[in-house]
Order: sequence, then structure tokens, then C-alpha cells
Amino acid sequence: MAENKRSMGPGGHGPGHGPRGGFQKPKDLRGTLGKLMAYLGRYRALLAAVVALLCVSSACTVGGSYLIKPLINDYILPGDFPGLARMLCLMAAVYILGAVCSFGYARIMVHVSQNAVARIREDLFDRMQRLPLKYFDAHTHGELMSRYTNDIETISEALNNSFGSVVSCTLNFAGTIAMMLVLSPALTLITFAVLGVMLLVVKTIGGRSRRYFAAQQKALGEVNGYIEEMIEGQKVIKVFNHESAAKEGFYARNEAYRQAASRAHAYAGAMMPAMGNLSYINYALSCCLGAMFAIHSGGAFRLGDLGAFLQYTRQVSQPVTQISQQMNTILSAVAGAERVFEVMEAQPETDEGKVTLVRAAEAEDGSVTRVHYDNNTWAWLKPDGTLVPLRGDVRFDHVVFGYNEDHVVLNDISLFAKPGQKIAFVGSTGAGKTTITSLINRFYEIQSGTITYDGIDVREIAKESLRRSLGVVLQDTHLFTGTVADNIRYGRLEATDEEVKAAAKLAGADAFIRHLPKGYDTVLSGDGGSLSQGERQLLNIARAACANPPVLILDEATSSIDTRTEKLIEQGMDRLMAGRTVFVIAHRLSTVRNARAIMVLEQGEIIERGDHDDLIRQHGRYYQLYTGQAELA
Amino acid sequence: MMKKLWPHARPYGKWIAAGVACSALEAVFELLIPLVMSDIVDIGIAGADQGYILRKGGLMVAMAMVSLVLGLGAAAFSAVAGQGFGANLRRAEYDHIQEFAFSNIEKFSTASLVTRLTNDVNAMQMTLMMGMRLLVRAPVMLVSALVLSIRISLRLSSVFLAAMPLLLVAVALILTRVGPMFRSLQEKTDALNLVVQENLTGIRVVKSFVREEHEKEKFAARSRDLKNTSLRAYGLVVINMPVMMLIVYGTIIAVMWFGGQMVYAGTLEAGKLMTYFTYITQIMMSLMMVSMIFMMLSRSVACARRIVEVLEERPAITDEGAETDMDEEGRQVPAAVRDGSIDFEHVSFKYNDESPEWVLRDVSLHIPSGATVGILGGTGSAKTTLVSLIPRLYEAGEGTVKVGGRPVESYTVEHLRDAVSMVLQKNTLFSGTIRENLLWGNPNASEEELWAACRAACADEFLERMPDGLDTDLGQGGVNVSGGQKQRLCIARAILKQPKVLILDDSTSAVDTATDARIRAAFASGLKDATKLIIAQRVASVRDADMILVMDGGRIAAQGTHDELMEHCEIYRDVYESQQEGVSLGG
Repeated sequence: MAENKRSMGPGGHGPGHGPRGGFQKPKDLRGTLGKLMAYLGRYRALLAAVVALLCVSSACTVGGSYLIKPLINDYILPGDFPGLARMLCLMAAVYILGAVCSFGYARIMVHVSQNAVARIREDLFDRMQRLPLKYFDAHTHGELMSRYTNDIETISEALNNSFGSVVSCTLNFAGTIAMMLVLSPALTLITFAVLGVMLLVVKTIGGRSRRYFAAQQKALGEVNGYIEEMIEGQKVIKVFNHESAAKEGFYARNEAYRQAASRAHAYAGAMMPAMGNLSYINYALSCCLGAMFAIHSGGAFRLGDLGAFLQYTRQVSQPVTQISQQMNTILSAVAGAERVFEVMEAQPETDEGKVTLVRAAEAEDGSVTRVHYDNNTWAWLKPDGTLVPLRGDVRFDHVVFGYNEDHVVLNDISLFAKPGQKIAFVGSTGAGKTTITSLINRFYEIQSGTITYDGIDVREIAKESLRRSLGVVLQDTHLFTGTVADNIRYGRLEATDEEVKAAAKLAGADAFIRHLPKGYDTVLSGDGGSLSQGERQLLNIARAACANPPVLILDEATSSIDTRTEKLIEQGMDRLMAGRTVFVIAHRLSTVRNARAIMVLEQGEIIERGDHDDLIRQHGRYYQLYTGQAELA
Repeated sequence: MMKKLWPHARPYGKWIAAGVACSALEAVFELLIPLVMSDIVDIGIAGADQGYILRKGGLMVAMAMVSLVLGLGAAAFSAVAGQGFGANLRRAEYDHIQEFAFSNIEKFSTASLVTRLTNDVNAMQMTLMMGMRLLVRAPVMLVSALVLSIRISLRLSSVFLAAMPLLLVAVALILTRVGPMFRSLQEKTDALNLVVQENLTGIRVVKSFVREEHEKEKFAARSRDLKNTSLRAYGLVVINMPVMMLIVYGTIIAVMWFGGQMVYAGTLEAGKLMTYFTYITQIMMSLMMVSMIFMMLSRSVACARRIVEVLEERPAITDEGAETDMDEEGRQVPAAVRDGSIDFEHVSFKYNDESPEWVLRDVSLHIPSGATVGILGGTGSAKTTLVSLIPRLYEAGEGTVKVGGRPVESYTVEHLRDAVSMVLQKNTLFSGTIRENLLWGNPNASEEELWAACRAACADEFLERMPDGLDTDLGQGGVNVSGGQKQRLCIARAILKQPKVLILDDSTSAVDTATDARIRAAFASGLKDATKLIIAQRVASVRDADMILVMDGGRIAAQGTHDELMEHCEIYRDVYESQQEGVSLGG
């Protein structure tokens, strides 16, 4: 049953991950188990109780069967009915005790495992929030999603069932063998021989299965990957009448998967009948030999002994199969846990910044004092206790940056933005415009040079404070499931309904929001899929407006808003930008024309800078870009 | 639901039958073996007949071997049937989705369709496979054990007969409660995953607004919710086992009590009593299997329902209305698009039948073949909607859309879309090389034709810089090219179709203005005969068009040439001026 894993949420999941075959090996079994145990550590007392209950329940199972011997030999055959009644009462007591104990252990285990899993899950999410963007760039969403959908699910499964099951099977196995030895050492030899064959079978079938399952996983990954890509691109397929080609590509992969999976499952499925019937062979042989003993032992080995022994031969093989199955689940759970811990242990965003953002009031003489009410004025609190008023003065000094060491994306960038100035970046895709803005809020760490904010090195500012002081509107809009108002409020969680509306009005989003079925209370789902790209951008701007930061970064914030709407929201945008330092990235040169300074970027370097008129006069790249439009217009 | 799923399993009917037969026979054999044991005890031991014991022992081993072969057969047949059924079902679902219109896809959302094709189908094939093996065993075992035990002793069987309904009721009671709990467990899991998913896609937003704590709280709340539901669900599941154990053990004790007396009285042999004992254990194990399978089934039902939903979805656009023409030799051939003229006659449209407002309202329009038409308009003015009706991506609600003088419904979808090439706003490139992607436009295109299309789309400049040129591998979703490059490749792909109508839906937004202009110039010279519709944000992009449509609130607010619109249309003048401010200064 461990094969049947099904736990997928909404959304795209990377193809083919997940321990469906259950045959993944962890790299560091001991270390990972240790970490996993740390999560169970707080339940030490409960786990001790579990082990105790398991011992009792195993003793009851094994002991219950042993009672068959006296039952037949001493009571039924001689016809001692009062004794039989007493014995049966004892048997009932043993069975009830066993059932109660196994219920108790299972119940405790559910409690322990679900609580531990919830903690692992929450820790994973906590740690994930602290990872740098670099990490998210290097790992696909599907990959990280599968930490939650597959790996944690397997851990839960293993904790719920497998650990207890392995312990109880081991106890049962040991107890049964012990009792068999007590009943008849000679007969037990047969069992040992058959068990040896069983282990051999487990090894061969298991080994082959593993290989076939690996092949199946690969084929499954291909089918799923193909499906994902084709369904994502379904609209393009339609437009190009490409359905039949898309079907053919699918058929081939579907068939390959079918063949691989049939082989893998036929093989894995052989395990159960093989083990079951080997156990019957054991039963048959023991029965034969036991019958001989009964005839020849002269009363030392009687019918009751045979009955009890045969019962044990049926019981003894079950733990073998069970353990081999559960070990697979456990191994894949540990492998899953290993991947989960890998994410947890990844290097988090570094943040040695000590300077924090505090509310402040500025007296007329320019002195700044810290206050604890909302007056829309902020200051930087340095570790030595001095306050520097927040102005929004950003400077780059010989900044060099690359996403990895050997590949420089930005080379020797120096620039400044004085408080309230609008600075624009122009350049072709890949020139490094977005990268520059990602450095201000320290999404990435620069390799050399310095970036200062109000004269303070941004590395000295606590990241939380730094980002709080910057409003970013990205080209790729992202909305969360929730109401329209919730999404705007994401900028400032304590914003009142009026403030939310005001922000929406400022961004020019109010008009279309009021046309939505439930206005501000309309629930958006699937990343706001029901809205057009332009509408989503308006919401994004509203969100930034709601946050009300001193510095704004607009990264192609209006690229999907048509010029007419853009003109309509121009006033709002002007008011939004008034008094703030603004960094603008835009394709449309009309949007950046009134910037205080325009930086033209090419291949990571600023090749021209100045205001619009300067740049036109320079007759350089900007002039070309600009007149390229002018000639045609 | 079964009616909808069975046809996909039918081709494997023989395999299913063989698998079921094997499973059933295997179960019967397993029950016969203890019966032989009772003979050994009652006849062999009682008569001290060694030869008899050995003969019977041999028989038992032989029976175990047969049963082994049957078991292996059941495993193989069920694997073939289960996986085959899964493959067929997946294929049927996939094929059906290929018939979907845009509106059908949007109804389900792509993410949901992917899950329905992958996880849901996998759950179904697993269900059939396990079901064939385990679900068959249990009832066969139950019935045969009953029959055999009645043959051994009718009186003792009454204990069985009393215990069995008790067992069934207990299992049923628990299972009916567990089912809904697992459903709600699935919902909670989905809710939790949604938070993770959105967090991952919006990680830049989360970090920019310093909302990590807020996200953690959101997640923790869902996590707690999930935990509590799991505790309830699994807490109930674990009752299952002890309850069954108690009932079965109770039966064993009762059998011992009554059977013991019968053995003493000589009405039952000791070996038969031991056989009884084995049967009870046997039945208990198969019932435990059943209860596990039922848990799996209750999950699969949800999967099956989701698959059937897809299979039952009626494609919104079909070829039902397609007409035929006579060719020169008098044969019936599907109607072909004659030229690129386009007509809208009082066309209205809305995406959702229930919504009260039309998205497109009473649009009438004639575009002559070969004309270049620019379309401008505000966000939400239905520009995309208007052009989507031409290749019949959506069906007009009212009125008629005509291409080449005939209603779009009169062509097969294939013929229509071959003639009308559209570059979507949100476009996709597929994994594979650039060449493979371009060939979508025309599978037979020669090297020259490919390069010609790339030149027209201004894609040649960056392609020449790539070391592998047209054979550059794109990776999934075209990740190895920039936004502007991607758009140009998509345009080249569309041009390769040699369409009669070419529609560009804001397809050059990431391309710089100079390149944009060159692309348009290439259209004017290279695609003279095709009707070209260009949705744009820049007036510059449409200024030279033969006709410009200004859309506003789902209507055509004005149409005409640039000069006409400058004179009469206030919206157009507004837009124009907003984009011109710099020009007088710089130009």
C-alpha cells in the first residue's frame, strides 16, 4: 500500500518527482535519522509508552497462540470443560489486552507523528522564507513544492505507520521464533530454511523491482513533463492546429510509460504471492514432520503442540514481508527528510545590519526625536543611538555584480539619486536594468563597491527595515488568493478600508474594481487569472501606494497598461511619485522623459546619462532610440 | 461514473478476467491447504499412517506451488490491465482536451487539467490494479471459508454466521465516517499547498514588502488546520484494527468453546477444529485488506469524478456547422478560406453566459482582404476579444463573424486556423530547438523559408549570434531567450504559416521601437496579400495602417485612417498627444 501515494494540491508540480516506487536511498541515513529523531525528542515519554505498549501487544499476540497447546492437550482432549472455560477466559483477557495496547499505541503514534510533521512543515516554511532569492532562482517551484507535497507526505506516512510497524513486526518475529524453539527446535529448523529462501526472494525481487521502478519513474517523469508543457501551451497548440502532432508526441511517451510500469508492477506484485505461498510450503512441511513427531515422540509432542506450532508458522512469515515493505517506505521517508533538511539548512539571507527604521518626529531646528505614533515620518536608528532622518538618498559607488562569481552582469556602476528625484533606466532586455534595482533592496549581494542609503551602507541596515522603506512594483504581477482589498492591503497590513480605497484611486484601479462583481470584496484566485494583465498591474501599483514608502522602484510597472489608461492614471502616478525618490525602468520612452536623470544601460554598463534634453543633445544611443520612434510617429 | 470509465478498461477485459480468475483461485487454494492439514491430523496421526502423512504433505506442497503460479499470474495480469487502463484513460482524457476550446480550458484552468491527467489517472490505475488482486480475494475467501466450514460442521458454522454481520457492520460504520474525513483532509492539503505555491511564485513581492511573518502566519494557520483534521481522520482509522481484532478473537474463543465440546463428544475431529482456527485468521486478514482498499477507493472516487468531469465536458467549438464545396472535378471538399476579408455583423460576446454584461457589444465592421488594420484601445476595451473571434477561439454570442465572405462556422476549425494566424499576447515556445518551434508554422518549410521568416520578424540578428543558430536548444518554456527575442520567434512562427489573415496581439511589447518598425516594414513588403491586424499600444505602430480601430468599453468608438481620426476622434488625439510630447522637443 505504500506504493499508493496521492497527495497533490493545486497548481503545477514538476514532473515525476516523488517516491512513488518507494525506492530512493538517502545519502546520509544516520545523520538524517538523527535530525528526524530530534523532532520526536520532545515526545520521548510518549514514545517510551509506545514501545511498552508494543511489547505488551506483541507478547499478547505471540502468547495467545501458545495457549492453543494447553487448550487442546490439557482441556479439550481430556474433556475438562470447567478448565476449558477458565482457559478461554484467560485467552480472552490476553486478546483484549493485546487489542487495547495496539489501539493505544496507534493512537499515540498518530498524535506524535501528526504533531511532529506539522512542526517540520512549519519549520520548513519558516526557513524557506529566510532563503535568499538566489536560492529560488536556482531551484524550480516544482522542486520546492514537492518538498511539501511529496517528501513531507512520505515522512508523515512513515511516522504514522512504518516505524511502529517495524518495531512490532520485529518483536512479533523474535517472539514467534522463540516460542517455536520452545515448542520444537527440530521443526523450527524447517522454518529457518524456508525463511532463508524467503530472504533470497526478497533480495532478488527487491533488487529487480528497484531497477524496473527506476525505469518507470523516468518514463513517468517524461509523460508528466510532456503533459505539463502541452497543457500550458494548449492555446498555442490550438492556434497552430498542432493537435495531432501534440497527440503523437504524447502517445509515444504514454506507451513507453505503460510498458515500463507494467513490468515494474508485475515484478513488484510477485512479492506477495511468493512470500504467501512459501509460507504455505513451510506450513505443509511443518505439518508433515510435526505429524511424524506426534506419532513417534511418545507424548512429548502432542496434537496441541502441533496446532500451536502450525499457527506460528503462519504468523512467522508475515513480519518478513511487512518489514521489507515498510523499510522501503522508511528509506524513502528518510530520503525525503534529507531533502527537506537540505532546504532548511541552506544558507539563509545574510543580515548583519544593525540600523533599523523607527518612527520619528523632526523639530523645526532639524533635530530628530524618536516617537511612537504614526506621523508618516521615519528615521534610521543607528546602533550608537543616533537618529538619521529618512530622506531617500541612494548612491551607487563603483558597484560590480554578477549572479555568479565569474559572470559579471553589472560593471562599475556609479550613480546617485537625491531625495525626491526620479531616475530612469533605459536599455535593451538583459542590459541589467532590473538587476540594479534588485541590488538596492539587497535581493542580491554585490561583489565590490558600495551602495549607500541616506549615507548609510545598505549592508549595515537591517534588511527588514531597508525593504520596508522601499516600494517595489514589478513587471511580473503577483496576486494572492483573497479579496481585492486584501491584495492591496498586502502593502500595509494595518491599512483601513478608506486607505485601501485611496490607494486604489491613486493607482487608477478604483474604476475597474468597482465594476467587479463584488467590488473590493471580489475574491481573486489563481494569481488573479480573471483580470487582464493591465488590471493586475494597476492593482500592483495600488499595493505599493498603500505601503507608502519613501523610495519607489517601478520596474516596467505600466508595461501592459495601454497609453490611454496610462494617461488617465498619470495624475495619480505623479502624486504617488511626488516627494519620493523613484527608480523607473520602462520600455516606453515617453514614460521616462520627465526623469531627473536617465541612465542608458548596455551590457551591464551605463553608457550615457543625463536628463532628456542632455541626452538628445548628445546624439548617442538614447537619441537613436528616441528618434527611432520620432521618425515613425 | 463507471459507465464513463469502463470503456477505457474494456480492451483489457481479458486480462482483467484472467487476473480476477487467478486471484479467486489462489484464494480458494489457500483455503484448501488447511483442509488437507486436518486430514493429516485426523487420519494420519490418529492412524499412525506415515505414508498417508507424506502423501498428503506432498499434496499440500503441490497445492502451494499451484497457488504460487496463480498468484504470480494475478500480479502480472493486474499490472498489465491496471497500467493499460491508466494509459488508455490518460490518452482519452488528453485527446479530449485537445478538442477543447479556449473557454473549456479556462473553465478548468491549466494547473487543474495537469493534475487530472497525471495524479488522478495514476490513482485510478493503482486502484484497478490493487482492486483486482485484493478486492477479489476477500469476498472469495469469505464465501469459500463459509462453504468449507459449513461442510465441516454446520453447528460450528453458526458462530461464524453470527460474527460475520457484526464484523461487516463495524467495518462499514467506520469506513462511512472515514470517507468524508479523507475528503476534507484533501481539501486542507490543497489549501496548504496553495499558500506555498503562491509564496513561491510571489517570493519577490513577499520579500519586497517584508511580509515573511505574515506569510508564516498564513501558513501556520493552514498547517494547524491540516494537523487537526489529520488527527481526527487517522484517529478514527486506528479504531478499525482493534475492533476487527476483538471480533475475530471473540470468534476464535467461541469456536474453541463449542468446538472443544464437540471434539470431546466425538462429533468433530481435532484436526478440523484446527482448520477452523486457521480459517478465522485467514478471513480476518482478508477483511483487513478490504478495509484498507476501501480507504483507497474513497480517495479514488474523488479522482474518478474529476476525470469524468473532463471527459464529459462538451467542447464549446466543433466542426458541426462546417460546409463543403465542390472542387473542379465535382468532389465534395471542406470549404476553404478564399481570401482575407473579414466581416463582423452585429457581433456581441461575453465570456460567461451568466454574466449580465456583454464584453463586446454590437460590433459591425468590414475589413477588405490585404488591408493593414491597427487596433488601439484602453485596458479592458476588448481588443483581444475582438480579434479572438476571427480564428474562432471563442464563439460569438450574437451576430456573425465572417472570414473570406463566409461565417467562420462554415469552415472546419483546422481550415480556418490554417488561414488565420494569430500571435497571442501570452505566447509559448516549447522545449526543443528553435527550428522545431518554427516548424510548427509549416512542417515542410525549407531552410531558406525559415530564415526568410526570421528576417521578417527581425529574429535573424540574434539567431546569427547564437553558436547553434536555428538548432539552439530552448529548454522548457523557451527559457534560454529573452522576452523580446521570444516575441520575435513567435512572430516568425506565425509568418511561416503563410496565412491569409495575420493577427498580432500586442506581440512586440518587449521589442524596442526601431525593431518594431522594421518588423512592420517587413510585413508591408513581404505579406502584401495577407490581412494584417495589429493590436498595439503605440500609435507609432499603427499610424500607417489602412484603417485604425479605436476600441472603448467593448465597442468600436471610431475607425478611419490616422488623419481622419486625428480630426474626429478625441480619444485617439489624446493617445497620440500623450505619446508625442517628447517628439517635438527631440525631433
